[in-house]
Amino acid sequence: MSKILVIAELDGHALNPSTAKCVACATALDATEINVLILSDQCGEAAAAAAQITGVAKVLTVEAAHNSQPLAAVLAPQIAAAAADYDYVFGPSTTFGKDVMPRAAALLGVGQVSDIMAVSGPRSFQRPVYAGNAILAVEVPEGRKIVATVRTASWKEAAGGNSAPIEAIEPVADIPSHTRYVGLESHASERPDLQAAKKVISGGRGVGSAENFELVFKLADKIGAGVGASRAAVDAGYVPNDMQVGQTGKIIAPDLYMAFGISGAIQHLTGIKDAGTIVAINKDPEAPIFEIADIGLVGDLFEVIPELEAKL
Amino acid sequence: MNKILVCIKRVVDYNVRIRVKPDNTGVVTDGVKMSINPFDEIAIEEALRIREAGNAAEVIVATIGSSDCQQQLRTGLAMGADRATLIETADEVDPLLAARTFLALIEKEQPELVILGKQAIDDDCNQTGQMLAALWGRPQATFASKLELDGDKARVTREVDAGLETIEVDLPAVVTTDLRLNEPRYVKLPDIMKAKKKPLETIAIGELAQDIAPQVNAVNWSAPAGRTKGVQVNSVDELVAALKEKGLVG
Ligand SMILES: Cc1cc2nc3c(=O)[nH]c(=O)nc-3n(C[C@H](O)[C@H](O)[C@H](O)COP(=O)(O)OP(=O)(O)OC[C@H]3O[C@@H](n4cnc5c(N)ncnc54)[C@H](O)[C@@H]3O)c2cc1C
Ligand SMILES: Nc1ncnc2c1ncn2[C@@H]1O[C@H](COP(=O)(O)O)[C@@H](O)[C@H]1O
Repeated sequence: MSKILVIAELDGHALNPSTAKCVACATALDATEINVLILSDQCGEAAAAAAQITGVAKVLTVEAAHNSQPLAAVLAPQIAAAAADYDYVFGPSTTFGKDVMPRAAALLGVGQVSDIMAVSGPRSFQRPVYAGNAILAVEVPEGRKIVATVRTASWKEAAGGNSAPIEAIEPVADIPSHTRYVGLESHASERPDLQAAKKVISGGRGVGSAENFELVFKLADKIGAGVGASRAAVDAGYVPNDMQVGQTGKIIAPDLYMAFGISGAIQHLTGIKDAGTIVAINKDPEAPIFEIADIGLVGDLFEVIPELEAKL
Repeated sequence: MNKILVCIKRVVDYNVRIRVKPDNTGVVTDGVKMSINPFDEIAIEEALRIREAGNAAEVIVATIGSSDCQQQLRTGLAMGADRATLIETADEVDPLLAARTFLALIEKEQPELVILGKQAIDDDCNQTGQMLAALWGRPQATFASKLELDGDKARVTREVDAGLETIEVDLPAVVTTDLRLNEPRYVKLPDIMKAKKKPLETIAIGELAQDIAPQVNAVNWSAPAGRTKGVQVNSVDELVAALKEKGLVG
């Protein structure tokens, strides 16, 4: 007899795929009811999408003007109120979930399990620590709500095909005015989203400049891949921050990951541990990335990329 | 403003190769280099820059941990913090306990700004700042890559999955740092000498927090399933052939 509330993540008014991954994780528990909570100024589109996820019993919506942007300080008290009679509250381990879930947990007076990669029992989970260099099995003591974030790279989206009922709710919460949204600078592109892409091509410091990164983009477009980068490439200003892959960037699990001019620091490798096939191209035969690459090619990326583009 | 509180955690240095203990009770820390959590070093740097720009009178660094943490507090003082507080405990401190403890310190010190790292690179929890802001009933600006003060408000640019989000918060507030907020200064030898004379107080954790039972029990530590070295190809043609064989490209 347990109920799980999954906090939906929205991109504008659309449902982010991380929500279906949280439902997949929730399904791994033996729950009697999995409900999805949507907080937005216009819930319709996301609610309709969430209703289709297999395993979802009900979609709950809180539609209000103050929910137009994902401000943790505004959302957390509503989440805490809505979560009152649930045993579990799950959110994605994306920047959205990382921001709001611990705030909700603290309001509920409990700790949080971050980054669930596997469920091993009703109160037992596996999570990565030390940048994924160790796996910690944790257990939450009886008698308290379990608030957790779900490591999205570890879970496949739950299938569609459902038609769960949608119900509007009005959790009673004080909405603070001390936090205000100003704006978002986004580099939305036509390329596949890094976190959902089946193929990802990444460039590192070895790419050398923003102009040279065009080579990486061209190759990606040729094979329909998303584009990522190392921290060094982002810090150097070659590409924007949202492209960073790794411990402090995005954790991804594409079928194919190709790294050009990336040395393979542990913080970068943390982000690609779950990739299907890792290909590394580096001019230094000693580069640590070759230790974990499935296919390695020692070579100059400025020669390899154009040739590869021509031959693929 | 009057005071900035910076929370710093002592962690295994980010360059250390982590090894799980053979008995699965933790990772090897004996004889391993310990440092200030890299995000927290950035937090100290940001606080110092605010003070140096004339926008704050005092920077306090605080940590919760064993007496060994004095080392990291001294480093914070050498960087330029004015004084340090060690909240002493021999036990593991989880994020909710850290937040409750820092809340009690906040009630004592009344800072207008509290800066933490976005995550500790040992537990990788990414929770403490958010929990502290919730318990304090104040704004949180997490994953900050830019912080601008404007009277009793702060404008913070945040690194989010979609790009760079900007929010405005009323002070007092909690800010957590991302890597691109700044580049921390190096500590010079004379500063280390000077830091020895700066005040470092020690408070027992029991004076600030009551319920110290862990929220989440650590049961077992294991090494991750490692990836193994694959094949080395010698030309682009071989690479293309290998990719085709795996069905990864058309
Ligand atoms: C707390 C913390 C968190 C971090 N988080 C992240 C993170 O999330 N993601 C991340 O990526 N890093 C992260 N880092 C940084 C990480 O430690 C490395 O510094 C970074 O990944 C290095 O990036 P790089 O491999 O592009 O650069 P480098 O290490 O400088 O490597 C460049 C590589 O390019 C090769 N090269 C140069 N020219 C060519 C050429 N013409 N052809 C082929 N190869 C060439 C070189 O041989 C070299 O191997 C973090 C660090 C810390 C301390
Ligand atoms: N024991 C501690 N002592 C001091 N600061 C801490 C402690 N635990 C967490 N913090 C702060 O909280 C941040 C986030 O930690 P965590 O939530 O554990 O990832 C760290 O970067 C520190 O700024």
